[in-house]
Amino acid sequence: MRTLKYWQAINEATVQCMEADPNIFVAGIGVDDFKGIFGTTRGALERFGRERVHDIPNCENAFAGVTIGAAAMGKRPLVVHPRNDFMFLATDMLFNLAAKWRYMFGNKGGVPVVTRAIVGRGWGQGATHSQSTHATFAHFPGLYVATPASPADAKGLLVSALTGSTPVIILENRALYELEGEVPEAAEPIPFGKGRIVRAGTDVTIVGASLMAYEAARAADILADQGISAEVIDPRSIRPLDEEIILESVRKTGHLVVADTSWATYGFSAEVAAVVAEKALGSLRAPVRRVTIPDCPAPVSKPLEDAFHPSPASIARACLDVLRSDVAIGREVADVQAAFYGPY
Amino acid sequence: MTTTERPHTAIADGALPPASAALELVRAMMRIRTVEETLADLYKEQEMRTPTHFSIGQEAVAVGVSGALRPTDVAYSGHRCHAHYLAKGGDLRGMVAELYGRETGCARGRGGSVHLNAPEVGFIAASAILGETMAAAAGSAWSFAMDRSPRIAVSYFGDGVVEEGIFHETLNFAVVKQVPLLLICENNLYSTHTPLEVRQPSGTTIWERVRSYQLPSVIVDGNDVFAVLAAAEEGAAWCREGKGPYFIECSTYRWREHVGPNWDYDAGYRTKAEVDSWIAKDPVKRAQAAVVAAGYCGDEQIITWSAELQQEIAEAVAYAKASPFPSVETLLDGTY
Ligand SMILES: Cc1ncc(C[n+]2csc(CCOP(=O)(O)OP(=O)(O)O)c2C)c(N)n1
Repeated sequence: MRTLKYWQAINEATVQCMEADPNIFVAGIGVDDFKGIFGTTRGALERFGRERVHDIPNCENAFAGVTIGAAAMGKRPLVVHPRNDFMFLATDMLFNLAAKWRYMFGNKGGVPVVTRAIVGRGWGQGATHSQSTHATFAHFPGLYVATPASPADAKGLLVSALTGSTPVIILENRALYELEGEVPEAAEPIPFGKGRIVRAGTDVTIVGASLMAYEAARAADILADQGISAEVIDPRSIRPLDEEIILESVRKTGHLVVADTSWATYGFSAEVAAVVAEKALGSLRAPVRRVTIPDCPAPVSKPLEDAFHPSPASIARACLDVLRSDVAIGREVADVQAAFYGPY
Repeated sequence: MTTTERPHTAIADGALPPASAALELVRAMMRIRTVEETLADLYKEQEMRTPTHFSIGQEAVAVGVSGALRPTDVAYSGHRCHAHYLAKGGDLRGMVAELYGRETGCARGRGGSVHLNAPEVGFIAASAILGETMAAAAGSAWSFAMDRSPRIAVSYFGDGVVEEGIFHETLNFAVVKQVPLLLICENNLYSTHTPLEVRQPSGTTIWERVRSYQLPSVIVDGNDVFAVLAAAEEGAAWCREGKGPYFIECSTYRWREHVGPNWDYDAGYRTKAEVDSWIAKDPVKRAQAAVVAAGYCGDEQIITWSAELQQEIAEAVAYAKASPFPSVETLLDGTY
């Protein structure tokens, strides 16, 4: 199969879906500029022009509402935020209106607004430009939250969002944008709530969404050197969550490590641990271990930033801990962004 | 004066203040220019790992406004905050060290270029989320009003913030509560790469629309430091007298790319001719020419200052580079 980079897969899915459905339009701050949101909106602009790719004023709050109204009239807005941190301005609209629309108005249909937003990582993007908001959005019933970790999933989940009937938030980690992988040519949907086994294993289960699925796979490589077989589970969407794929894996391995790009407290890692505690406690042979960012905002300074993010090595160490293994990890691996240079 | 009587332009050409004040403004602008051009060159070494928005070309706004402020007044800014921080008296070494991510930085390497702060001189906060600090500045101003203090708060923001809901909520609030808030809109015509015409209604201007909130609002040539100073003095006096907020739109232009140290003629969103036309209106050169023409100083004074400022920034860079990085054990300092 041919390969694409993560951003190219998003670009392609957008164009194909827009070709199939004239109601889809792209909108957001700077979506039509020469950078094209790291290339992801460039194809749509070239193919459909500004009739269907709309630059907008800086108005995240109102614009979330605007797209809800457009969706209520049958349009299919695809909103793009260059950083998911800006979506805090849109949360009233998404939480109080979009998420509740179908239920609160008596189940007469929903507002399928699709929002893509990028999670910043590295180059000192700091406290207000590198947060991961996935758990915040997933807390609210009525929103689907997808966290693609591979080019194929980036494409398939976007296709599902743009052909589905619910509001969807898709969070894309900036550090995955250059990742290359096989992607089907056709616009094939990948359903929400269906996880993927990134790598099969028998000793310990590592669950990680988005960038952490990628980092967990690299952790599994490190562990393999020490003769330890880790199974890596990528949920692909965190709401709905594919509980079964996680439970099945834990029943097999008896050990669980959850890695996450956001805080542990009330977070995605807490949810996964709770699901396993409720439904597979008997299978656990050791306490669950969470590897997350520490309880502080993202710092800028390089040494602090390096210490802040979970790494393949810290995930591997957590696995050894839960396995009560006294082997030391044999090697560190390069930072996921080692080759990334500024300005940002 | 009621708001409707207010002139269209605060001060068309800034009348020169007395020599010592004028020379101080010129030197302050030269300092910011020298600092930023030096940092822009050094940025290419990839040691300042923090997305950086340079104010090169916009120095007259920060310097002119700060000229009207007292040390006890406070200021807030957004992502493009270097000039505002320095003009308010923020420590140069602390800023440079912050960009280098060092423990000696003004935010101890935690905040980076977009989160500068220096509360000891009244530069309270800068934040990279559009419009956020405008409301915070209104809150500081409100607290001054509660205390019947003559202090005022300044909010610096770009034309892009005018589109956010918080802009309108804050204006409305500040007028209703009559808080001493000096609002400084730096209109550099672009929000990232999007020109003003496609973001805001055409045939109107920001400062005129603001008037409908019933506060004085003026436009000033933001590349004329003396005009900015005159407008800011009028605005500051208005606020200090307890008459409520005051709005100044400053027309100016960003020379370099939106974020980062480079020129960006080739990006396609603006022409080289346009950039050049603004470089011809260089606020630093204009002010230098004005003071020399007025006989306040000779060219050699400018040259001496240049050399001194080069020296000062070189020392600040050396200090930053020699400073330690924060130790990882301090990662959780400031949490609770
Ligand atoms: C709420 C929010 N939306 C979007 C952004 C992304 N952003 C950063 S700077 C900028 C342009 C702002 O333009 P303006 O306010 O005119 O300031 P300038 O950069 O021209 O100084 C944008 C859109 C942001 N930081 N915060």
